[in-house]
Amino acid sequence: MNFPILSAIIFIPLIGALFILITKGNQKNVEKNSKYVAIFSSIANFLLSLFLWFSFDTSVSDFQFVEEKKWIDGFINFQLGIDGISILFILLTTFITPVCIFSGILSIKYKIKEFLIAILVMETLMLGVFCSLDLVIFYLFFEGGLIPMFLIIGIWGGPKRVYSAFKFFLFTLLGSVLMLVAIISIYWITGTTDVVKLLDIKISQEYQYLLWLAFFSSFAVKLPMWPVHTWLPDAHVEAPTAGSVILAAILLKMAGYGFIRFSLGLFPVASDYFTPLIFILSIIAIIYTSLIALMQDDMKKLIAYSSVAHMGFVTLGIFSLTKQGLEGSIIQMLSHGLISAALFLCVGVVYDRYHSRMISSYGGLVNLMPKYAFVFMIFTLAALGLPGTSGFVGEFLVLVGVFQKSVIAAVLASLGVILAAAYMLWLYRRVIFGKIGNTEIKKMVDLNKTELYIFASIVFLTLFFGIYPEPLLNTINVSIDNLIDKYNANINFHIAQTNN
Amino acid sequence: MEYAIVFLPLLGSFISGFFGKNLGGKICQILTSSFISISAILSIFIFYQVVVEDYSSNKLIFNWISSGDFNVNWSINIDPLTSVMLVIVSLISSIIHFYSIGYMSHDPHKSRFMAYLSLFTFSMLTLVSADNFLQLFFGWEGVGLCSYLLIGFWYKKPSANAAAIKAFIVNRVGDFGFAIGIFLIFFFYGTVNYNEVFEQTPLLSNHEIIFLGIEFNLITLICLLLFIGAMGKSAQILLHTWLPDAMEGPTPVSALIHAATMVTAGVFLVVKCSPIFEYSQTALNVVTAVGMITAFFAATVALVQNDIKKIVAYSTCSQLGYMFFAAGVGAYHVAIFHLFTHAFFKALLFLGAGCVIHSFKEEQDITLMGGVWKKIPYTYSLMIIGTLALTGFPFLSGYYSKDAIIEFAYLKGNTIGYYAAAIGIITAFLTAIYSWRLIFKTFHGKFNNKDNNLSSIQESSLIMLLPSCLLAIGAILSGVLFKEIFIGQDNLNFWNDSILFLQTVEHAHPPNWLLLLTPIIVILAIPVSYYLFIQNEKILRNFLLKNQLLYNFLLKKWYFDELYNLIFVEPIKKIGLFLWRKGDINTIDKYGPDGLSKLVKNISDKAVNFQSGYLYHYAFVMLVGFSILLTYLILY
Repeated sequence: MNFPILSAIIFIPLIGALFILITKGNQKNVEKNSKYVAIFSSIANFLLSLFLWFSFDTSVSDFQFVEEKKWIDGFINFQLGIDGISILFILLTTFITPVCIFSGILSIKYKIKEFLIAILVMETLMLGVFCSLDLVIFYLFFEGGLIPMFLIIGIWGGPKRVYSAFKFFLFTLLGSVLMLVAIISIYWITGTTDVVKLLDIKISQEYQYLLWLAFFSSFAVKLPMWPVHTWLPDAHVEAPTAGSVILAAILLKMAGYGFIRFSLGLFPVASDYFTPLIFILSIIAIIYTSLIALMQDDMKKLIAYSSVAHMGFVTLGIFSLTKQGLEGSIIQMLSHGLISAALFLCVGVVYDRYHSRMISSYGGLVNLMPKYAFVFMIFTLAALGLPGTSGFVGEFLVLVGVFQKSVIAAVLASLGVILAAAYMLWLYRRVIFGKIGNTEIKKMVDLNKTELYIFASIVFLTLFFGIYPEPLLNTINVSIDNLIDKYNANINFHIAQTNN
Repeated sequence: MEYAIVFLPLLGSFISGFFGKNLGGKICQILTSSFISISAILSIFIFYQVVVEDYSSNKLIFNWISSGDFNVNWSINIDPLTSVMLVIVSLISSIIHFYSIGYMSHDPHKSRFMAYLSLFTFSMLTLVSADNFLQLFFGWEGVGLCSYLLIGFWYKKPSANAAAIKAFIVNRVGDFGFAIGIFLIFFFYGTVNYNEVFEQTPLLSNHEIIFLGIEFNLITLICLLLFIGAMGKSAQILLHTWLPDAMEGPTPVSALIHAATMVTAGVFLVVKCSPIFEYSQTALNVVTAVGMITAFFAATVALVQNDIKKIVAYSTCSQLGYMFFAAGVGAYHVAIFHLFTHAFFKALLFLGAGCVIHSFKEEQDITLMGGVWKKIPYTYSLMIIGTLALTGFPFLSGYYSKDAIIEFAYLKGNTIGYYAAAIGIITAFLTAIYSWRLIFKTFHGKFNNKDNNLSSIQESSLIMLLPSCLLAIGAILSGVLFKEIFIGQDNLNFWNDSILFLQTVEHAHPPNWLLLLTPIIVILAIPVSYYLFIQNEKILRNFLLKNQLLYNFLLKKWYFDELYNLIFVEPIKKIGLFLWRKGDINTIDKYGPDGLSKLVKNISDKAVNFQSGYLYHYAFVMLVGFSILLTYLILY
C-alpha cells in the first residue's frame, strides 16, 4: 500500500483544525470560514473512510493497510492497521463527527471557532484509537481524547459544567494510570509494545491477571460499567449536545473496542477467569440503571442511564466469547452509537428552543412538532430494541450468545429489555403526547431543514441495518472468527501447560 | 403474488404516512383501502389454490441475520395454515379500512390513522407468512407496536396513552418468555427455522435440562415459554389486563386488532408449533387449563361491565380462551376454525358497537342507552346477527365452531378434557347471558340518555353499514360453508402437514345429549336474560345488594390491576428511586469521586501547614529527620 490512507484519515481533521486555527480576519468571516473548513474536512474524511471500507478485503483476517514508522528506535513504532472490527468504528466516527459539527453550528453561540477545533482534534484522536497497532500509540490517543472532551464540557457546558468536567476527568484518568503502568510492564515482560507481535506472545498466567485488571480498570470506567458509571450522567447533563453525542456515540465505544482488541486478544486466560465478574457487573448495570432511568426527570440523565444499560449488553456479548455474542456486541455498539447520538440530538433540539432538559417542561409536543415527534418515535423504538431496528439485531444476537454461556445471565438481561420499553415509552409519552401543558412552549417550531436531514440520515441507517445488517456482519465475520480461534487456542494451550 | 399481498399494505402505509399531508385524508383513505383490497383478493385466490390444488410455496426475500450458525431469512412461506390466516387478516382488514373511512370522517388525522392500520396489516402478514421464529417475532413485535400506536391514537387523552403503554409493556412481558424460548430453541436445535426445528423435535423429546435450577423436559419448557408469549399477545389470564384498556383506541382498531387479528396471533403460534406441542402433554395441559380459566374468568367479568366496548373486549378474551383449550386438547384445526368464524362475528360486534357509539355521540355506557332499536334498525339487526353468531345460536357460524370445540374436548376422554368441556358449556351459557344483556340494555327498555334526545339518535352512514353487512354475511355463513374444509372428515387433506396430529383425532359421534345441550342452553338464555334485564330488574338488583362482595369482585375484574399495581408497578418505581438516591448519589458518589476529592482536599489542607515559611520550623523538621536517619544507621 503506497498511499498512507489510514494516516490520511487520522490527520485530515487535525489539518482542518490547524486551518481553522490560523484563519484571521474579522469575527464574522472567521466563523464562516471555520464552519466551512470543519464541514468540508469532516465530510471529506467520511467519504475517504467509505472508500476505505470498499477497498477493505473482508476475507482476510490479518491487519490491513498497515503503516509503520520508526519513532523511538526499538521502543515505540508508529504502527497503524485495521481489521474488520476497527473499520466499522472508523466509519462510525467519521459519520458522527459531521453530525456533531452541524449540531454545534446550530446550537453553539460563543467561541464557535474554538469549538470546531476541539471537535476536529477529538476526531483525530478517536480515529487514532481505532487504528493504532502499538500499545503506547493507543494509549496516547486513548487518553488524549480526554483533553478536548474535558474542554468541550468545561467551556460549552451547562451551569454545573466544572464539577462534571472534573468528575469525568478524575474518573477516567484514575483508570488510565493503571493501564499505563500495565503497558510499561508489558514492555518490560515481552520487550515490545507492538500489538501484532503481542497477539502471538503468550504471557504467563499470573501476569495476565494483573495486566487484565489494569486494562479493565481503564475500560470499565470509560465504558462505563457499574459501579463506576456515575460520571456519565453528570457529564452528559452538562455537556453541550455535540459533546454528548460524541461521548455517547464514540467515546464509550473505545472501551468496548479496547476490551475486544486487548483484553481478549492479549490476556485470554485472564479474560476467561474474570468472565463471571464481568457478567455480574453487566447484569447489575442493566437492571440497576434501567430502574434508575425509569425515575429520572431530566431527559439527558435518562438517556445517559439507558446508555449504561445498553453498554451492559455490550460487555455481556463480548465476554460470552461466542460468535453471536461478539458480533452482537459490535452491532450493539454501532447501533447504540447511532441511536444514542440521535436521542441526544433530539434532546438538543428541544433544549435549543426552550432551554430546559426537564421532562415536565414539555408535554404535547406532537401538536407543535409532528416531524420531531416522528423522528423521536423511531429512536425511542430503536432504543427499546424493536425488531426491524438495528438495536434489535445487536441486543438479540448478544442474548443468543450469552444464553449459550449462562442461562441466568441471559434471562436477567432480557428483563432489562422489558424495563427499556417502560422507561423509553414513558419518556416519550411525557414529552410528546398529551395536551400542551406548558403554554410557554407554544412558540416552539418544528425541525428545520438541516436538522431534518441529519435525523433522516440516522433514521435511514438505523432501519437499514435493522432489516439488512449483512454489510456489517460480513465485514466483521472473518475477524471475529480469527479472534475466537486464537482465543480458544490460547486457552487450550494454557490448560495443557498447567496439566503438564 | 405473495409479494403483492405482503408489501402492498406497507406501500400504502408508507405513502399515507409520509405524503398524507400533501395528498389529503380522502385520497389516503381510498388509496390504502384499495391496496388492502387487492391484497385481500389475492389472498383469497391463494387460499382457493391451496384448497383446490394443494398449492404451497416458500419465497426467500433476502438474508436477514447470519452470524455463525445463526441464519435467518426474510421470506414468505405459504402453507394451508398461513393461507387461512392471510385471508382472515387481509379480508377483515380491508373491510375495516372501508369502515374507517366513515368512522374517522371527522378526525383531522385521517392519513396517519390509515398509515397505522396498513402498517399493522403488513406486520400481521409478515407474522403469519414467516418461515422462522425470528421473522415471526418481528411481526409479533411489529403488531404490538401498531397496537400501541393505535390505542394511543388520540394522544391528547391521558387514559389512551396509559393504555397504550400498558399494552406494549404487558406484551413485552410475554415476549420476554417468547424470546427466551427462541434462545432455547437455537441453543438446542442450532436453528430457528420452522421446518428444521419441527424435524428435530421427535429426536429431542426425551431431553431433560436444568433451567434456572429446575429440571424440565426440554420440549415442555420450550412450549411453555412460547406459550407465555402467546398468553401476552392473546390476552390470556395473568397477561390479559391490557386488552380491556386497549378499548381506548378508535373502534375500528378494536375490531381489527383487538378482536379479529392480532390477539389471535397467540393461537396461531400454538397451532403453528403443533409439531412441538404435540410432544409435550404437560404443555398441552397447561394450554388447556389457561384457556379454560380465561374463558370462564373473562365471561364472568363481562357479565357486570357497563362499557359496551369492554363487554365485547372481555368476550374476546373469553373466546380466545376457547381457542386455546381447543388447541390444548389437540383439536388445532378446530381452534383455527373458531378463530376464523370469530374474526367475522367479533369484528361485526365491534363495528356494530362503533355504530351505536356514533349514534349516541360517543357514549359508551350501556346503562345510559336503551329503547332505540326502532330508531337504528340496521345497527340493531347487525348486532343481533353478531350476538347470535357469538353465542352459538344454531346454524350461525359460532354454532359450528364453538360446539365443535366442546365436542372435541369431551371426546378427548381424559379428565382435563371433561373439565374443559364442562367449563366450555358453562361459559357458553354466561356468554349468552352477557351478550343478550348488552343487546337488551342497549336497544330495549327505556331510553336513559340525558345528553341526547331520542329523536336525535340517527343511523350511521352507509360507508359504515355496508362493510358491517359484509361481516354479517360472514358471521352467518362462514360456519356452514367452511365446516367441511376445516374440520370435516377429510380435513387432513386440506391441512396437509401444516398441523401435526400425533394421535389421530377422533371423529366419533359424541353422545346426542351433548350435541343438544349447548344449543338448548344458548336458546334458553335469551328469554332468561330478557326477563332479568328488562322485565323484572328488581330480582337482579336485590341479588346484587345481597352479594355486594361478589359484584365488586367481578366489577373490579378480579382485582388484577390493583394487584399488579401493588406488587409490580409501585415497588419498581420505589426501587428505582431508592437505587438512584441511595445507590448512586449517596453511596457511589459520596464515597467515590466526591469522597476522594474531599479526602485529597483535607490532606492537602493539612499539608499546607507544613509550609509555614518560618525558618526554625524547617530547621526543626530537618533535625528530627536527621536524628531518625542517624539512629537507623547506628542500630542496623
